Parts: sequence; C-alpha cells; structure tokens
Amino acid sequence: MDIHALQQIVHKTRDARRKQTIPKFSPADRDALIEKYHPDFRKKAYRPIRFGPNADEQTVIELATLLEGDSPIPENLDMTPHYQTDVLVIGGGGAGCAAALHAHGTGAKVILATKLRLGDSNSVMAQGGMQISVAPEDSPVTHFLDTLKGGHMQNDHALLKVMVEEGPAIARWLIELGVLFDRQSDGNLHVKKGGGSSKPRLLTCSDYTGLEIMRVLKDEVLNQKIQLLEFCAAVELLSNDEGHCTGAIFKDLDNQRLVIVAAKSVILATGGIGRLHIQGFPTSNHYGATGDGLCLSYRMGAKLAHIDTFQYHPSGAVYPEQLIGALVTEGIRSEGGHLVNAKGERFVNELDTRDVVSSSIIRECEESRGIRTMSGRVGVWLDTPLLDAEHGPGTVEKHFPAMMLQFERFGIDISKDPVLIYPTLHYQNGGVKIDTNSETNVKNLFVSGEASGGLHGRNRLMGNSLLDLMVFGKRAGLTAASRAQSMAQGKLTLQHLRRFRAEAKQHGNPSGVISPMVLPAYTRKVS
Amino acid sequence: MTQEDTNVIDQPEVLKPRMVSIEISGKKYEVPEGITVIKALWYTGQEVVRGAGCLGGFCGACATYYRTKDDPKVRTCLACQMAVQDGMSFTIMPPFPARKATYEIQSLKDPKQDLFNLYPEAPLCRNCNACTEACPQKIDVREGVWKAVFGDFKSVSEMFMDCVMCGMCTPVCIADIAPNLVALYVSRAQGAHFTEKPQGLETRIKEIQDGRFDDEWNKVLAMNEKELADHCATVK
Ligand SMILES: Cc1cc2nc3c(=O)[nH]c(=O)nc-3n(C[C@H](O)[C@H](O)[C@H](O)COP(=O)(O)OP(=O)(O)OC[C@H]3O[C@@H](n4cnc5c(N)ncnc54)[C@H](O)[C@@H]3O)c2cc1C
Ligand code: SF4
Ligand code: SF4
Ligand code: FES
Repeated sequence: MDIHALQQIVHKTRDARRKQTIPKFSPADRDALIEKYHPDFRKKAYRPIRFGPNADEQTVIELATLLEGDSPIPENLDMTPHYQTDVLVIGGGGAGCAAALHAHGTGAKVILATKLRLGDSNSVMAQGGMQISVAPEDSPVTHFLDTLKGGHMQNDHALLKVMVEEGPAIARWLIELGVLFDRQSDGNLHVKKGGGSSKPRLLTCSDYTGLEIMRVLKDEVLNQKIQLLEFCAAVELLSNDEGHCTGAIFKDLDNQRLVIVAAKSVILATGGIGRLHIQGFPTSNHYGATGDGLCLSYRMGAKLAHIDTFQYHPSGAVYPEQLIGALVTEGIRSEGGHLVNAKGERFVNELDTRDVVSSSIIRECEESRGIRTMSGRVGVWLDTPLLDAEHGPGTVEKHFPAMMLQFERFGIDISKDPVLIYPTLHYQNGGVKIDTNSETNVKNLFVSGEASGGLHGRNRLMGNSLLDLMVFGKRAGLTAASRAQSMAQGKLTLQHLRRFRAEAKQHGNPSGVISPMVLPAYTRKVS
Repeated sequence: MTQEDTNVIDQPEVLKPRMVSIEISGKKYEVPEGITVIKALWYTGQEVVRGAGCLGGFCGACATYYRTKDDPKVRTCLACQMAVQDGMSFTIMPPFPARKATYEIQSLKDPKQDLFNLYPEAPLCRNCNACTEACPQKIDVREGVWKAVFGDFKSVSEMFMDCVMCGMCTPVCIADIAPNLVALYVSRAQGAHFTEKPQGLETRIKEIQDGRFDDEWNKVLAMNEKELADHCATVK
C-alpha cells in the first residue's frame, strides 16, 4: 500500500489520542518489558572477552572481536617521533575540543589529532539539548537522582556528582565563548523537559545544539592556533617501561604514512561505536564512530566499564531508505508527539526513558503491530503533525527546522505527515573506566566523552552526554596539562603491545582481525 | 515476520532497484536510483575519506556540486542528503582555502566595528546573490552579509543557526568574502557581547559555591543502595 494510505490511521485517531493519558510502567513491568525486548538482553548477540583487563566479561560479539584484534603496527617500528607535545588529544568532537582548549589555556603545548576533519563527530549532530540544572525549581541533586534512576542505579556516584555540580559553570563558559542558547523572554536560559527527567533541564540552541556548540568550539580551537593533525587516525598508543602512556601512532589517511607523536599525557576522546552496527542495527552515528578508543585503551591495559549495554534511540528513521537510522530527535516526543502503532493506538508513555520506549517499539513490531516497508524494515508512526495541532500551525517548522529540512529533501513534510521510526543504535553507555579527573588505570592516559564509561550507568538520559563531554573534557584537559608540566617525556616503546600479543597467542589468537577499524567498510567490492 | 500485508509500504524501487546512469567527476557509472550521493560513491567502489563526516546533514564535510539532466545549472548539495537521479553528474568539493580571521572573542572592545578589521572585504558585497544560491541550507546568505555589515548581529545569528559550514558560499563570492566565517564571527560576538547574562544561571553557580545543596548531598550520598533507590522513586 502507498504510504499516504497507511498514514491515514494516524490522522484519524489523533483527536481521540489527544484525550488519552498513558501511565508510565511500574518498575516491575518496566523490567519485564526491557528484559524481553531490549537488544541488550539478546544473549545470542553476546560473548565473553577471552583475555585482557575485562577477561571473561560479556560484550557484543562485534566489539569483543575488535578488542581481541591485533594492532597494525610491527614491533620493530622506528620510534623516532615526528612530533613532540605536552598534551596529545585524540579526537576532534566535543570532548576533544573542550580538552584541547582547557589544556591549551594553562599554557601547555597541545596537539589535537583527529580521524577526519576537526569537528566531524557525533557532537555536531546533537539536536535535543544539554542537561544542566539551572531552573529555580531544579537542583544538581535532583539532576543526580534523575540520572541515577535512568542509569538503573549503576552510575558511578563520584563522576555523576562532579558532572551535575559543574554543569552550570560549563554553561557560563560556553555562553562566554558565544554559544547562543535559547532564552526565555526575561533573558534566562530556556529549559525543556527531556525523557526520564523530573524537571525541565535541557538547554537548547533550536534543534542545532551540538552544531552550535561545535561551530564555536572549532572556531576557538582555530583561534587559539592549537596544532592540528587532521585525517590522522590513531592506530596504537605508546608506553614506557612502567606501562604509562607516552604518546600515540597515527595513520595519515591521505598517504597511509605512520606518524609518531610523543606526548607527556594523552587524552582519548574518540567517541562511540555506532558504526559497528552491532546486532545489525542501523545507526545515528557519524562515519568515524568505530570504537577505536576502546581498542587502543584495552590493548594498553585500561579497564572498561559497562560495555555490555548500549543505547538504542527509540526514533531512528525507517523511511525513506536514504535516511535509515538517522535520528528523529527526542524533542518531538518531549513536545508531545505520540507513538502510534499500525492500529492507530498509543502503546507507551512517550516520555519514559529511552530503553523503555525502544523496548515497547520493538514489542509492537514483533507482535505484528508495526508498519513494514517493502525493503523488509518495520517501524511505528511518530505523530509529528500533532505538534502543529496541539501548539498551533508552524510549530514543527519553528522548533525543528533541521528535521523539517532533512525530510523535505525527500519530499516529506513532517508537519503534515507522520514519520516512520524504529530504534537506532545511538550511544555506547559504557566505555573506558575513568576517575573524576578522567584518568584511566593506565597512568597519563585520560579518556573523556562517549569513549569513557561509568558515568551513565546502564542507560544514558537524553542531554547528559553533551554535559559529560564538556565537564570531563575540561577535567581531562586541565589534569593532563598540569601533569605534563611537571614531568619529563617518557620513553616511546611498544611494550604493552608485546604483552598483549603474548596474551592473545596464549588464547590462540582468537580474533583474526586488525583493530582499530578506523572506517567502516561500506565501499562495495567491484569485480 | 507475521504481519498483515495491509500494513506494508510499497517501495518497489527498493526491492528491485532501477539502475540509473550517473557521472562522478566526469566518469560514467550505473547505480541504484534513489541512493544518496555518498552511497553512490561507495557503490562504485570508491573509498570516501575526504567528503564524509556525520552522514546526517550536520557537518558540511560532503559539500558537492551537481548537475541534473537537461539543466545547465550547476547546483550544490550535501552528498549525504541528496538522492541520485538518472543523468545526474556530480563532484565532491574539496575544502576551500578561505581565510579565517583569528580573534579573542572575550577581549573584543567594539565587536561591530572590529568586523571591518577582521573581515575588511565584508562591506564590499556586490549583491550578486551567488552565495544564497549556493547554500544547501537555504540560508539567505547575501541578506546575512548585509545585516552583518549594518550591525544587525542578532538577525545574523538567527539566520545562520542552520549553517553547517560547508563553505559552498565562499568560492562563488565575487567580492572574496567568506560569508559563513563572517556569520560565525558575528554569531559568537552576539552571544558573548550582546546577549543578556542569564541571572538564574549566576544564582545557581553561586548556590553551588555557597554549599546550598551540601546537606542534601550528604543525606543522599550516605544512603545505601535500597534507600537510594527508594529516594529516587520519590523524585517526581
Ligand atoms: C544523532 C545524534 C544526536 C545526539 N543528540 C544528543 C543530544 O541532543 N544531547 C546529548 O547530550 N547527546 C546527544 N548525542 C550524544 C552525543 O552527541 C555524543 O555522545 C557525543 O557528542 C560524543 O562526543 P565525543 O566528543 O565523545 O565523541 P564525538 O563527538 O563522536 O567525537 C569523536 C571524535 O574522535 C575522532 N576519532 C575517532 N576515532 C579516532 C581515531 N582512531 N583517531 C583519531 N580520531 C578519532 C572522530 O573522528 C571524532 O572527531 C547524540 C548523538 C547522536 C549520534
Ligand atoms: S551559509 Fe555557506 S557555509 Fe553555511 S551552510 Fe550555507 S553555503 Fe554552507
Ligand atoms: S556572493 Fe559575495 S558579493 Fe555576492 S551577494 Fe554573496 S557575499 Fe555579496
Ligand atoms: S557528511 Fe556531514 S553533512 Fe554530509
């Protein structure tokens, strides 16, 4: 059937649905739902990691394989460095830029190396906003409790307390740099309510929050003349005799040359893993989100946390084909957009936490109440025109210009037609375990942003990631810089790699792949 | 999957893709109709390193020139957001070597006047509108440049909120202006110098510094797992 015919059910049932209130799940029902339908609970998708710091712990097969993978670097490589720096930042997203700026601000010499262009990242795509408790009725403690509840009580308390308490100062820093957050008429910051939060707490820049923050941070990195190595992908770290991190090896993607950077401290800010397409899911992530930082840190001996849990954002586009996996911002649900199955019914409180909403969408689809496209994809409707009906014509266009444009390019007007959605692989809840200064158990190796783990527990609340990047990017930058200024450059060796390889060999070199992946293999083999 | 067929969206083009002829940087290929320009590159066996970033229409890495059949006009698009069609011809645009001014945003004394020192070419706009026509984000770029020059920084910052910094407005400018960089400066100046300081934020920062929440923290952090879970449940 034609998509417009199928959409009629959404238009027809709209008025009736508007009178409904859907209660949130009780804790018991919610747990049962998640266990049955959330992809994190599909045992077949998991296996134990065979060796290394997290030996015998479960993670998804795709990640386990890469973690056990071999380095592309030969052990007899000439270690004469091409660059020497105090602080080496790896990754040019939000965490990397924040770290570089703060480290540079202390007077340290900083090199920022990144896989593609500066700014190419998940960070530019963040639409929904950034959680900071600025409203009078809100408080850092409430922010803490909401996040803890969202994270299934598994969040690292120390990290979380730091994040919520330093949030407001971070907002001030960004405003001073010229970030234009949305305001109320009295000049105060406008706050929106996000899924799983008890108070309105999301700071937004229209639906371009990440883009606006990144435009400013990128510009600031350039203004400060921080040395950049673009199109350079880290493929191995370096260590001294005591196993401390002393730099990294990059592959220059323009000419495949290996570039060695000696550094007194290293900050990994390489982001997430969406492009591994775990369990076959489409993803909202950028091209370079291949989990490189996890592989690099793991080989070095850094312990990972919560790497058996991922976030599947409830609303990834299912139609048209060109937008598969692309994010349909949670903001639409925050403003009251309904989720509607093929029978025209709502089936979940749209503002429940992401794991709950995703699980219920999967349930609807598995129980044949989804809408299927001929290419075999299935989804449910997100009633976007409802926002215009509810808040007046033009609401969708005014509040979600980025979304409007994205669909308009394919002839779909989301203010008139609902969109078809299904969960998309969105975020890595866990990552490299860090302390409150962003340092790992490997000395002088710092990790911040999505590559780090512990803060979000087993499920991240909307808008907490942007704050995470800025707070722990800053802490990593400041600590790494002050550390570097009081120490000498360590020796550049590949001792950790020798140890890792020996261990792999003991386990029969299980993986057979080279890691990190660097870029996903989308290029078709043409014979 | 057991699903009533009445809930199936007909998309024959996906099941049996119709192949179309396209031209990439002057060379002909056959690719499935409707895939994006970036996917067409992958389909033809080309690796993309420069020219792909977010794949979501936000980073501007995939700035592309294209032309469609029977239309002499060269247009611009974001390669991750544009579907190929029969007879289309395209080339990804390498980053353009525009000059970016450097500045300390905080220490600007007179940001509206400083614009003319940082970007002296900005007032030389000749109104040709080529920049606006080049913008894949449909920003009225020319209008933005004029507003910047006339000091209406607020409007510029609103107009350029959609700017993905693809840079396609730059090579077409006959006055050698990089409109996106001008707009970025203007937006930052607007944010840092001409926007009210949010009082509520200052209050909150001070409350945290003064330890207003300390008692509550002590209470919460002293709880055992069960107490904490119960306490979380009471937060509404
Ligand atoms: C579509 C989308 C929408 C989102 N919306 C929100 C939101 O509204 N609010 C919110 O709080 N969060 C949101 N998130 C989550 C949030 O944006 C990300 O978690 C966050 O931006 C991650 O930042 P990061 O700096 O850690 O990583 P990224 O921003 O992804 O940056 C990682 C950087 O590392 C580089 N890199 C990777 N591997 C290597 C390597 N081997 N060598 C060198 N460089 C490397 C990459 O190229 C990139 O520059 C969203 C995420 C997505 C994908
Ligand atoms: S204003 Fe220029 S840089 Fe910005 S989106 Fe338009 S063409 Fe691209
Ligand atoms: S292209 Fe240059 S000269 Fe022409 S309108 Fe735009 S800014 Fe002015
Ligand atoms: S790849 Fe980022 S806009 Fe196309």
